[in-house]
Amino acid sequence: MGKQINVALIGNPNTGKTSVFNALTGLNQKVGNYPGITVEKKEGVCKLPRGVKAHIIDLPGTYSLNASSLDENVVIELLLNKNDKDFPDVAVVVSDVENLKRNLLLFTQIKDLEIPTILVINMADRMAYKGISLDIDVLEKELNTKIALVSTRKKTGIDDLKNLITNFRDLPTQPCLNAREIDPDYFTRLQSAFPNQLLYKLWLVITQDVNFGNVSRKEVDALDDFKTKSKSDLKRLQQKETIKRYQFINNTLKKGQTIDLAAAKDLRIKLDRILTHKVWGYVVFFMILLLMFQAIYDWSSIPMDFIDGLFASMSEWTKDHLPQGQFTNLIAEGIIPGLGGIVIFIPQIAFLFLFISILEETGYMSRVVFLMDRIMRRFGLSGKSVVPLISGTACAIPAVMATRNIESWKERLITILVTPFTTCSARLPVYLIIISLVIPKGRFLGLGYQAMTLMLLYLIGFGAAIGAAYILNKVLKIKNRSFFVVEMPNYKLPLFKNVALTVIEKTKSFVFGAGKIILAISIILWFLASYGPGDDFNNAEAIVTSQYSKENLDTETLQQHIASYKLEHSFIGLTGRAIEPLIQPLGYDWKIGIAIVSSFAAREVFVGTLATIYSVGSDEEDTIKNRMAGEVNPILGTPLFNFASGISLLLFYAFAMQCMSTLAVVKRETNSWKWPTLQLAAMSSFAYIVALIAFQVLK
Amino acid sequence: MQVTLAQLKRGQSAIITDVSSIHIPLKLLEMGCLPGNMVELVQVAPFSDPLYLNINGSHLAIRKETATHILIEITNG
Ligand SMILES: Nc1nc2c(ncn2[C@@H]2O[C@H](COP(=O)(O)OP(=O)(O)OP(=O)(O)O)[C@@H](O)[C@H]2O)c(=O)[nH]1
Ligand SMILES: [Mg+2]
Repeated sequence: MGKQINVALIGNPNTGKTSVFNALTGLNQKVGNYPGITVEKKEGVCKLPRGVKAHIIDLPGTYSLNASSLDENVVIELLLNKNDKDFPDVAVVVSDVENLKRNLLLFTQIKDLEIPTILVINMADRMAYKGISLDIDVLEKELNTKIALVSTRKKTGIDDLKNLITNFRDLPTQPCLNAREIDPDYFTRLQSAFPNQLLYKLWLVITQDVNFGNVSRKEVDALDDFKTKSKSDLKRLQQKETIKRYQFINNTLKKGQTIDLAAAKDLRIKLDRILTHKVWGYVVFFMILLLMFQAIYDWSSIPMDFIDGLFASMSEWTKDHLPQGQFTNLIAEGIIPGLGGIVIFIPQIAFLFLFISILEETGYMSRVVFLMDRIMRRFGLSGKSVVPLISGTACAIPAVMATRNIESWKERLITILVTPFTTCSARLPVYLIIISLVIPKGRFLGLGYQAMTLMLLYLIGFGAAIGAAYILNKVLKIKNRSFFVVEMPNYKLPLFKNVALTVIEKTKSFVFGAGKIILAISIILWFLASYGPGDDFNNAEAIVTSQYSKENLDTETLQQHIASYKLEHSFIGLTGRAIEPLIQPLGYDWKIGIAIVSSFAAREVFVGTLATIYSVGSDEEDTIKNRMAGEVNPILGTPLFNFASGISLLLFYAFAMQCMSTLAVVKRETNSWKWPTLQLAAMSSFAYIVALIAFQVLK
Repeated sequence: MQVTLAQLKRGQSAIITDVSSIHIPLKLLEMGCLPGNMVELVQVAPFSDPLYLNINGSHLAIRKETATHILIEITNG
């Protein structure tokens, strides 16, 4: 067999398509109990019996072939375009045994496209719990298909599915429904106008603006002897079609499914009585957030201190044991401190992802959407904006993509624009180190001041997002009807494996993604800091020695002075000096200035940059934190990182748009440079002004 | 007077009698919000908006404004 079999996984949101995909391909795509986890096409390869290979495509969930949002379009475009290289040889419709009735609607539509179709009934492990029993033979006959009863949790039925895919040529392709029935006259005329096309495809093309192969909407409209119908007439026909489909499904299920309500247990009602309650719902949500910050701050401080110390001694060890020279310096002063600046944050990042993935896996996220919709709407957002805003605490990039299931374009655009205000994990390193320097250690009502400051910063981030949304809602003149529907999935115990995988994968990609940038930047910075132009740099030793000749300094202090003199006259020192006037009013010195500039590549570079600069500027090995604590403001003579400059810096990082990757994603999602440019300019100048005011008031 | 879904009380069930197809997006119809189907109000958020419904076995939440375009006949209360 030369060619691979193209297999598309299609189904309603949250039915377990990605879980099936992972089971077939052995990959680990993200799974979560919230409709709309997958928003893009994902591909993988599956080995089938008899050496056959299948190319598996995981798709975003869709309720029907009548697309109403961007992620759903992906599915329709693939299914209608026979020339697409991914056009499926076989469609696998994944359904959830608890929602069969609704899931079968999409199934009947796909069948009408006359593509070989397999029905997967997933979550079979829940059948006993819900008192459901199925007669698979009857269902196969009524639906004219082959069925695999699968549980990806219990790993059952996957082999059956693989066999069905292998033998896809035996699958029946007759449709379930005759499209003609809903308006015989109209459909007969339609078919005679395009005798070579599938009637149901034509119907899809007419009712929505998609193109497939060689027939487009325009062509249909342009045809003189075929008069199409008005929009509202078409919509009435669609309603009629939907009712017809449900009649067919109800009849089918009457024969093939029995539900013993007495045996069904429902955790949902009990939990939702509290979790979606007018008062308790919000209390619980707030407690969960509080717990999350306590965990991120307090619980992870022990492993962090350990890592910090470890990297300091690694630098020390390298210097002592490798032969002296430039190369050793590069490793000990450039690379190790730079990497230390990222590895140290692994515990926090892991906790953050742990919480987010538990919230998603249990099904709680939809409840938050429900609770927050009314409030968010006042700011021009949707309840669904809460999900990007929460997952934005991990990273703005997937968060911006998670806006795709918001139905209204205006609500979606505003969500995209304000999401970068939420405190992403890249800001965390900056916050943590500065908080530990400028906020006292005390406790109030069992909560540490430092943890509270961090929580406050998160709140400021959300506040800024909401405030900006409010303004944008007033300013942006986009007319569109807002509409909102969200599914409330069943509660599920999070699967340890799914949660653990998400945490490991995300943490890994944070460390390696950021690690690469940081490695590159620390090497560049180290060179720029270790070399300089002109006499000042090259004759530093002579200049400094003669300067201090009368003071009788011991060699160590003298070396210290020489090192810092060299740094100030290195390439980086000169650059820093040049930008100093701009940042001095905010309470920063040129070293922080350099760190801010390199942060525009990615925020998490901040700590690494300072670590590298400080290492070059001194001979002792010490932890990054102690170094920063020892810095002195060259003008005021006070510690550089004091309350005023610290708060100013925290606020600057809270508001500034310092992430190239986010800008790129916003460009892609909004399809214009206008919005990311606006974000960059507005957020960064706002950050500058706030930081300026903060320092001038507090100093 | 016609009763709409927005007037349903928590815990009450009803049968959908008519859906104004101009105001209701097709997506909602496809999720089961069709004449003849059962609907139950499971929970309401503050200010009775949005509404958490069980329509024909699917659990979903919609805004109150949308609910005013769905006519019902209350069956128990
Ligand atoms: N009990 C049970 N839960 C399952 C099974 N398969 C998947 N799930 C859970 O169902 C939820 C949804 O799974 P996903 O694989 O993310 O579903 P999806 O269809 O890809 O969802 P979207 O990408 O959002 O459309 C997750 O919480 C899974 O852990 C199963 O066989 N049994
Ligand atoms: Mg998925």
